[in-house]
Amino acid sequence: MGTPSVLWNIAKKCFTVGVITLTVSDLFASIVQVRGTSMCPTFNPKTNSLLDSLSEDRVLVEKLCLRNYKLAHGDVVVFSSPNNHKEKHVKRIVGLPGDWVRTIYDVVHVPEGHCWVEGDNSASSLDSRSFGPVPLGLVKGRITHILWPPHRVGSVDRKSPQNRVCAS
Amino acid sequence: MRQWKIIAKEAMARASIITKFLCVLHVTNSYVLSSNHVLGPSMLPTLSVTGDVVLVEHISHRLGKLGSGDLVLVRSPLDPKKSLTKRIVAMEGDKVTFSLDPSRSHSSRSLVVPKGHVWIQGDNLYVSRDSRQFGPLPYGLIEGKVFMRVWPPSSFGFFGQ
Repeated sequence: MGTPSVLWNIAKKCFTVGVITLTVSDLFASIVQVRGTSMCPTFNPKTNSLLDSLSEDRVLVEKLCLRNYKLAHGDVVVFSSPNNHKEKHVKRIVGLPGDWVRTIYDVVHVPEGHCWVEGDNSASSLDSRSFGPVPLGLVKGRITHILWPPHRVGSVDRKSPQNRVCAS
Repeated sequence: MRQWKIIAKEAMARASIITKFLCVLHVTNSYVLSSNHVLGPSMLPTLSVTGDVVLVEHISHRLGKLGSGDLVLVRSPLDPKKSLTKRIVAMEGDKVTFSLDPSRSHSSRSLVVPKGHVWIQGDNLYVSRDSRQFGPLPYGLIEGKVFMRVWPPSSFGFFGQ
């Protein structure tokens, strides 16, 4: 009669661990893997055709900034795509609400509650230049550190491109 | 010394129970079911002005089972700290016709809802701030489906289509 209770205990442990992990990753911090070269050279600087998953960057995403949406120019954020809610993108914030952002063709106003995001590698990046400003409600967290691979461990710095934003 | 150890152990046990409870509460609230207090004139006559307590489930929007006519709780695209309760009028790919200001003019516009977006409107078209002002809403901003009213008791029950 010992087996069912052992199984029950294991199930209970798994459930508890799952619930706690989910809560921590929702409220405080989580780890995600960055795919693709749109944020090169900040993430995935080596662009080889055989992108094996071990060499891709794992990064720490903090969620505390979502409490009051304290985001700044130059922050790297994770957000779900406005066109497909199942996809998540990693990009850098260029413009915040009220800014006027200079693009190649004209100057765009960022509406209230939105932000303008662009990849560091503007040659191969699908970002606000194609789908427009992103609602801040879609932002899922701010990337603060690179955790993997070992030789690239370190913090991600906030750098804002020059002469792109004219605050109104 | 031994007494302190016992007290510390007890405190740890209590703290872990409380943490677990709070975690379960958070997961239930954000993935299964939560209650919300909604008020304002924009959803008259479905929801009252003085405020109703409604139950919101967070499962069907993850499974993609929402359709037009459902009441949803969404995060406002204009202020991410606020939530709105509106009705889905059209899903992606549908054609929608609306008039910007029904009290003044009868002119209407129509457009096709783009991919990954929904079109939401309040039931009270005269005072509602919805997709007619801010455009189609990205599906990712939907937080849950409002399916039941629990307060006031006189109007307790499920929302029909």
